[in-house]
Amino acid sequence: MRYLPLTDTDREDMLARIGVPDVDALFSDVPDGKLLKAPLDLPRAKGELEVERIMARMSARNVAASSVPFFVGAGAYKHHVPATVDHLIQRSEFLTSYTPYQPEIAQGTLQYLFEFQTQVAALTGMEVANASMYDGSTGTGEAVLMAHRVTRRRKAVLSGGLHPHYTAVVRTLSEMANDDIVALKPDVAANEDILSQIDDTTSCVVVQSPDVFGNLRDLKPIADKAHAHGALLIAVFTEIVSLGAVVPPGAQDADIVVGEGQSIGNALNFGGPYVGLFAAKSKYIRQMPGRLCGETVDADGQRGFVLTLSTREQHIRRDKATSNICTNSGLCVLAFTIHMTLLGQAGFTRLAEVNHANAVKLADLLAGVKGVSVLNESFFNEFTVKLGKPAAQVVEALAARGILGGVPVSRLLPTAGLDDLLLVASTEINTDEDRAAFVAALAEVL
Amino acid sequence: MLNRQGRPTQGTASAQEQHPTFTGNKALQQIEPLIFEIGHHETTGVDIDKPAPFKARLGQHARQGEIGLPGLSEPEAMRHYVRLSQKNYGIDTGLFPLGSCTMKHNARLNEKTARLPGFSDVHPLQPVSTVPGALEVMLELSHYLMTLTGMPAVALSPKAGAHGEACGMMAIKAAIAAKGEGATRTVVLVPESAHGTNPATAALIGFSVRSVPARADGTVAVEDVKALLGPDIAAIMLTNPNTCGIFEPQIVEIAAAMHEAGAYFYCDGANFNAIVGKARPGDLGVDAMHINLHKTFSTPHGGGGPGAGPVVLSERLAPFAPVPFIHVEGGTPRLVENAADAPQGNAPFGRMTAFHGQMGMYVRALTYMLSHGADGMKQASEDAVLNANYIRAGLSDLMSLPFPDHPSMHEALFDDEWLKGTGVSTLDFAKAMIDEGYHPMTVYFPLVVHGAMLIEPTESESKASLDLFIATLRDLAMAAKGNDKERFTAAPHHAPIRRLDETRAARQPVLKWVRPAPVAEAAE
Repeated sequence: MRYLPLTDTDREDMLARIGVPDVDALFSDVPDGKLLKAPLDLPRAKGELEVERIMARMSARNVAASSVPFFVGAGAYKHHVPATVDHLIQRSEFLTSYTPYQPEIAQGTLQYLFEFQTQVAALTGMEVANASMYDGSTGTGEAVLMAHRVTRRRKAVLSGGLHPHYTAVVRTLSEMANDDIVALKPDVAANEDILSQIDDTTSCVVVQSPDVFGNLRDLKPIADKAHAHGALLIAVFTEIVSLGAVVPPGAQDADIVVGEGQSIGNALNFGGPYVGLFAAKSKYIRQMPGRLCGETVDADGQRGFVLTLSTREQHIRRDKATSNICTNSGLCVLAFTIHMTLLGQAGFTRLAEVNHANAVKLADLLAGVKGVSVLNESFFNEFTVKLGKPAAQVVEALAARGILGGVPVSRLLPTAGLDDLLLVASTEINTDEDRAAFVAALAEVL
Repeated sequence: MLNRQGRPTQGTASAQEQHPTFTGNKALQQIEPLIFEIGHHETTGVDIDKPAPFKARLGQHARQGEIGLPGLSEPEAMRHYVRLSQKNYGIDTGLFPLGSCTMKHNARLNEKTARLPGFSDVHPLQPVSTVPGALEVMLELSHYLMTLTGMPAVALSPKAGAHGEACGMMAIKAAIAAKGEGATRTVVLVPESAHGTNPATAALIGFSVRSVPARADGTVAVEDVKALLGPDIAAIMLTNPNTCGIFEPQIVEIAAAMHEAGAYFYCDGANFNAIVGKARPGDLGVDAMHINLHKTFSTPHGGGGPGAGPVVLSERLAPFAPVPFIHVEGGTPRLVENAADAPQGNAPFGRMTAFHGQMGMYVRALTYMLSHGADGMKQASEDAVLNANYIRAGLSDLMSLPFPDHPSMHEALFDDEWLKGTGVSTLDFAKAMIDEGYHPMTVYFPLVVHGAMLIEPTESESKASLDLFIATLRDLAMAAKGNDKERFTAAPHHAPIRRLDETRAARQPVLKWVRPAPVAEAAE
């Protein structure tokens, strides 16, 4: 086995040095009869070439986003990632390192975490950011729990425009912990009356903008009402690129901001790994979940970085910790940070502009197809169209024509009776040819 | 003296007086500024053309004002992050014996397959008909995990070990609720020696936590568990092999006692890498166990993630597994994304995460499993255990063993009894290892052992590598017992940076870069 350096001679010498007759003597604490004698019913070791062939065959059965006109979003987005990003995250010293428990030989990791925290705080318009969550959905769950700790209340109000998977993650946690949630009904026009749900028992209001249907939402009135009742506003986004074009949640007085960072530096990966972004007002840092990196000095007075405020964390506080998280999405954070560094605000705002322009072009073209109407007043790079037919069928028919044309709302909300709605996303990767092919195919299948 | 970024040069004062230079840098030990100190707001390392004029649809939401982020050109970014990488220690740099963290070789084949476009470039919500290969990976991985653990079901979606713990405990909570005991079974037993994630997880989902004492030999005794059992007990969360590196000898009796009391047995599978192919949790009475794909099946740790924490489940917990999951009917796999679509008899407790979990990690882990095969995985476990015991045998005459009566599994645990009176602490000893070119072992964990040093070499190390490591540690141990205190208390001497003031970081938290005030104002 090519990954195992010991030879049989080594093994014999080592057993002799330890003073045991065979390796099973080292498993003597395994109860009688529980040590496996027969080999497991799995194939034997394979060489590199053979494994590569097996994996390539499975991969080839999937339709890759780059190989077709591609308009799928709803929480994960196909963007172009500069080649430099993947090269750098594969540097051995980044790829094969661990949590920076020994800061003197982990300054590389710690410094990029610090850069990441600064970037996320700037993008969201918030005072502090942590060093990543698993993804946007689990980050939203953590944000709700954090709001419960801050307000000492246990009722969260969830907008109907929150991504249904995010709602489900929050609901799972809440039901388990016997907390309350009020989840509003999905409303494509974003006319929901969320303000009337806020009262003195509310711990937080969770609102996504752009929401799952693509609508941009005005957060300030919700923040004001929440604050008047001692509740927090948790602002959520699934497309970070939108923050290059729209008012950031921090400027609308959000208390906690959570989002999905996959769009910057990270591939689609069929859903993971992604990277959760999490920012807050600085008065709440001791209630924040997850990892934080802080600046300090070494014995010579030179600047350095360490993991900090760990007294909030599970390995110290155990059942009183702010969360049970003990890993983060370190490498995904690195990819995010490098890509964001390459973009800078100049590139990032340009990227946002191109995304929006492409989406507007697409919306105009789709609106011209007979039987199709675009439902959004405002949007960034994703919007909802109404078709005269079940969107799930339309998407399959488009796929058969080699076009991945969006996400049927019924896939996210099977019981909402919104079967003829389709979520369509467009980014900088879409060309005029892609749009023309989409429009032509849609006209054909409707 | 200022360096080229206009900041004062630092480093050891004496060295500077003897060898003053313009930059203050020494070979590869450059000070690397933050991107905010070297970048510019108008600089960008990407080429994106301005779109043709169009009518924006942002409503009144258009951003006003600057973001306040600098950019770097591609060569500048390349150099910045390469230099940062040079300040990091990884498993490809040298032995990384962090106990409980399992720093084994990360095969680059895993990286290559994970980047195949059919895996990395597919969207979780594109039509299921366009991703049969992705479902095949998930099914194949599930098959391997179930076979290796002897468990009948698996929930793939948890995104890390602790997330997997939550998933397993939620399944247990759902099963208890289904029996109508939700209001009464509210307590979870957690040994004192457990990972901190265990009590945190139990509390997260609304259980209260009661501690089980650790015996003097480092194990949990069935009598101690039985003494705590009652109608209020929901489950025990037990790590096996445990955090002291010992296989719990009474695990079967403990599982039986839990089941007899109507409670469940959650096994923390963080150390599963010690027993793959040697023993199956399903044979021991486990109801749920998470598997850290990154530890056991070698997906890279990447500076602390991403992880992946699939959970294997017993027959009685399987119906409660969260969505999404794959259901095979008549040989055809179907992706079940909503509880309403679940096959009859299933009552998913909810959803752990948006989408389907860590596909990128599934591919890496499956690649590792196919490469090793059943024979290679068993051999890997045996070698990991052999290597740990070889280190133990090589050091036990100099360093003290808290639990000499049990063989070590994949990690060897020492305490600081042997350092008594030397003025050298466990932390000092760890920092001195840095000067010898090694990443330190895990220190001060498990908490039940004073000044713990937990060494996990893994199966990736050759005998020559272990011999050198043992010789180095013996040399250091002799020095610690001799009169060479400075070598330890002032260590590291040869790292890119000297020992860091962690107290200051916590007392005066600085969590992001802030533009310094102009010099003139600062002087006033």
